[in-house]
Formats: sequence, structure tokens, C-alpha cells
Amino acid sequence: MPDNSRNIYGVLAEFDGPASLLKAARQMREAGFTKYDCHSPFAIHGMDKAMGLKRSPLGYFIGTVGLTALVGMTYFIYWTSAVDYPLVISGKPYFSYQAFVPVIFAITILFSAITATLGMFILNRLPQLFHPLFNSPQFKKVTDSGFFVSVEASDPKFNKVETVSFLQTIGATEVELIGDEQ
Amino acid sequence: MSSQAENTGAVYTDEILFPGNPTFESITESVSRIPEARKTPRAWWVLFSISLALAGMLVAMIGYLFWEGIGIWGVQIPVGWGWAIVNFVWWVGIGHAGTIISAILFLLRQRWRTSINRFAEAMTIFAVICALIFPSIHVGRAWVLYWTMPFPNQMDLWPNFRSPLLWDAFAVGTYFACSFMFWYVGLIPDLATLRDRAINRIKKILYGIFSLGWRGGNRQWRHYELAYLVLAGISTPLVLSVHSIVSTDFATSIVPGWHTTIFPPYFVAGAIFSGFAMVMTLSVIARKIYNLEHIITPKVLERMNLIMLVTGSMVGYSYAMEFFIAWYSGNEIEQFTFINRAFGPYAWAYWIMISCNVLVPQLFWFKRFRTSIPVMFVASILINIGMWFERFVIVMSLARDYLPSSWDYYSPTVYDVGIYIGSIGLFFTLFLLFLRFMPMVAMSEVKGVLPQADPHYGEKAHA
Repeated sequence: MPDNSRNIYGVLAEFDGPASLLKAARQMREAGFTKYDCHSPFAIHGMDKAMGLKRSPLGYFIGTVGLTALVGMTYFIYWTSAVDYPLVISGKPYFSYQAFVPVIFAITILFSAITATLGMFILNRLPQLFHPLFNSPQFKKVTDSGFFVSVEASDPKFNKVETVSFLQTIGATEVELIGDEQ
Repeated sequence: MSSQAENTGAVYTDEILFPGNPTFESITESVSRIPEARKTPRAWWVLFSISLALAGMLVAMIGYLFWEGIGIWGVQIPVGWGWAIVNFVWWVGIGHAGTIISAILFLLRQRWRTSINRFAEAMTIFAVICALIFPSIHVGRAWVLYWTMPFPNQMDLWPNFRSPLLWDAFAVGTYFACSFMFWYVGLIPDLATLRDRAINRIKKILYGIFSLGWRGGNRQWRHYELAYLVLAGISTPLVLSVHSIVSTDFATSIVPGWHTTIFPPYFVAGAIFSGFAMVMTLSVIARKIYNLEHIITPKVLERMNLIMLVTGSMVGYSYAMEFFIAWYSGNEIEQFTFINRAFGPYAWAYWIMISCNVLVPQLFWFKRFRTSIPVMFVASILINIGMWFERFVIVMSLARDYLPSSWDYYSPTVYDVGIYIGSIGLFFTLFLLFLRFMPMVAMSEVKGVLPQADPHYGEKAHA
């Protein structure tokens, strides 16, 4: 097992497939680890439950921003068409809301989509171009066919020796220590 | 079938999506080798130089248009809308299939979509770029396009939010932005794959920046999956609304043949129809050039043909229903317009439309034809021609409006034709660049639907 650094970020353990990663995630949670993550080339069904993660709060952000955009745009169109510069167009009332639906709808969708994208980036702390895990050459496999568990040294349950042997007992095929410097 | 699937009520089929049991590695390899190839295929260079030349022609002709004005086109009064609006509607319609594949089929859990969704989404973005050119240059003074946006100005004026043309600006603009975000979010894990495989320093840096430092941890995946689901969920009503709004450009004007309530669903069906035809054309070419026959399988192509059969028949039904309603309305001018479409000066266009859009897709009733690659390739091109003529037929209702003294025959000029062909050149330029530098199949999604991606794969099946 290579130990190539004095300052340790944590441990990286490789598993041989989605099934063993899912099992490992459950055992990590049961053993009381909190600062660990399970890395895979694609999202694995049931992983949130195995890791004891709640549903992402992103939906609430999107809902809030979307509703705000809906109300805000409705008010803005009302204000421009009926208050600030009322114009009679084709004999319609100033606030003929039916004709305003398409624009209000488009703006609601636009702001919701922006929130979904940027909110996901913020919750995932992206962009984060460097991460200590990238120090491991093995970790490159994660976007191809590799399945990994990473445990941070800042986890209260972390112990350099015990965590490594624990990972080996739950089926890791390879375990390495990760330094936190480039 | 695993017991969990039964418990959750999920519908699993034992159908094999990808023949030859691909592994995770083989999927990565067969997709990534395309943008990683040191040598660009000769066919790519040939197509790219032609497309780039046509795109150059587009830029030059638009430059001349700005200098001289839209009088260089064949537009006149009453045909104030010529090829520009035909091309606009045609391109927006093509874009729709990408969103249908990526959003609606995602919500419907159609797992076969994973092999075509990436480049269908790319097609959407490039088609919408081409579409946006036409109304922008048709306004004549393109440098004051920003007047469509509400902003405080010295005249204290606001845009007229009741105008369908303004709806277009908002709807198509939003559509472009949402499609782009959807596409980019989907690309992040695959760009990370290219980052991790890159050997060349420049590629390492560029793919590294655009993959944002993706690590594939489940703490990232859970936000990612929800964002993707929401983007799919909101793109679905959006895509249906965009072409409905485009159709209101016509339907809200009091022009015979345009002022009908059938337009929104009829346009949406036509958009899906032509968009799938374009995806078909592109995927038949791409899978052949890049040997992706095992990922874009004949089964996927057959399903796209079935969608074309359904939407093509809906379009055919709409043509018939328009005719029926024109007769049933008892409105003489409406009746004249439809008889004029079928037997008037533009009858040739009408019958091209009927043969390409209604008759050609009927071939797909037969398994022999819908599984034959040459047949579907030719049919997809004919359908796109037919769909262009559909919009042409509709717009040409203008040539014979209420006032017979102003009737005229509309003919395009070389600039109408040149700008249209140039936009096709621009589309293929962008598309070929995409094929060359980006992963054209969503690798992480394909891996996610492989049988071995299921954590219960290999467990004993419970009866």
C-alpha cells in the first residue's frame, strides 16, 4: 500500500462493481462514518438510501425561484402595460392577462432552469478544478469503470490503520492513502 | 426480474438494449476514441470544408443583406414573409426532436434513448441557432433587435407583450438557453471521462476546465440527478409550448388558412416528425462513419421510425382536418384558400408536401421497410423536404389574400436560396465540430442502463 505523503487527505478504496460498492456504502454508514463518498461512473440506484442521504434540497430552490419569477414577471407586465405606459391595443383591456401567459411561462421556465443548473453547481461545489483525490492515478478510472469509496481524514471515526483494514474487510480490492497536496 | 423491481412496481423488460454484452470499458473506449483520434477521417474533412464554405456564404450574404436591406429577397406585398419565416419554422421544428428524446423519453423511462440523446440535443442547439438567424435578419434593422427586450429607455416605451412575435423572442430564447443547459449538464460526466483519458496537455486543460472537476461521488450524483430530472421536467412543457407559440405567429393573424385553432397541436406534431427525421439522417451517417452500430442499434432506429409513423399520420390527419373545416365553416374565402393550395399556382408544392409527409411515412407500417437502413435514410431526407414545403405552403397563403388586385406569384431570389443553404452549412459546420471534439454518445447514461449497472445484477432471480 503506497503511502506517498505526510499530510493525509484520506483513504481511497477500490471496489469491483456496483453491487459491492452499494454494500460497502451501507457498511460504511453502519460503522458510523460520516465524511465518505462513493464514486462511480454513473449514478447507482439505491445509493442515496445505502449512504443514508436525504433527497437533494435543490427542488426547493428551484420551486422558490420559479414561483418568484412567475409572480415577478406577472407584476412587471401588469406594471408596464397598465400602469407605467397604458396603451390600448386592439381594444383590449390594459391587463389582458391571457395574452401575457406565453411570456410569463417562458420566463418562469428560464429562471427555473438557470436555478437547476447553477444550484446543482453550488451544492456540488463546482467548479472545483483541483481535488486531493486527483492525486491518485487509480482514481482516473472513476469516469470509466472504477468504483471507489473515499474517506476523509477529518472524519471523527478516521484512523489511518483501522480505516484501511476496515475497508479491506468490507471487500475493497485495493486501498491507498491520499495526500492533500499536489 | 429482481424482487426489488416487483416491490417498487417498476417495469423492467428483459430486452437487450445493446447487443454483444458491452462492458463499461468498451463503452468508454468506443465513444472516446472518436474525439481522441489523432487523425481526422478524410470524410470529415470533405464534409467540413463544404459546410464551412456554405457557412461563409451565409455570412457574406447576411452582410450584403444588412448593407442593402431585405429588398434583396423575393418578399413583396402581400407576401411580406418569404423564405425567412419558412426556414425559421423549419429549423425550430427540427430542434424539437432533440428535446423530445432527451426530456420526454427520459421521463417516460425509455432507456433506449441513451444512445442517441447526446447528439440529438446537440442537433437541437445548432438547429435553434440557425432558426434564430432568420427572424433576426428579417426584421431588417438587426442592430435594434434589443428593442424586443423590456428595458428602460428615453421614450418610456415597453414592448407589447401581447404580440406573438414578442412571444417568439421569449419562447425561442428560453428554449435555446434551456436546451444548452440541459446539454451541458449531461456532458459534464463525459467530459470528465475525456479529461481522465487525455494525454495531450491542451486537451487535459480544456476538458479539465469544462468538466468542472467532476468526481462522480454519490454526494454529487444526488444533486446532479435531481437537476437533470427537473431540467427534463421543465423542458417537456417548454418544448410543447415553443412550437405552439411559433404557430400563433400565424394563427393570431386574420389571414385565410392561418386563423385556425388546430395550429398549435398540428405544428407540434410536425415539429416532432421533422426533428426525428433529422435525427435519423444524422444518426445513420454518424453510426456508419464512426462504427457505432453496436450502440445506435437497428432497434433504436426502428423505434424512431415508429415515432415518425405516428407523428406523420397526425400531420396527415391535420391536413385532412384543415380541409374539412374549411368546407364545414361555410366561409368562402377559407374554402378558396384550401382549394387554391391544392390546385392553384403552388399546387406543386402542396403535392410534394402530401407525398413526402403523408405517403412516405406509411412505408413504416411494414417491418421490412422500417428496419431497412437505406429506406429509412432516404425517407428521412424526403420527410425533411416535405416539412420544409409544409411551411412554404402555409406561408404562400399570403400570395392570394382578400384583395385579388394584389395577388402575385412569389419567387425567391438567389439570396433567399443562398441564405437557406448557408444555414444548412452552418448547421453541419457546428455539428461536425461537435462530432470531432465532444463525446457524441452519453457514455455515463449508456453505462447506467447496462444490465451489470444494476446492483442486483447476477443475483438469483426470485420467481
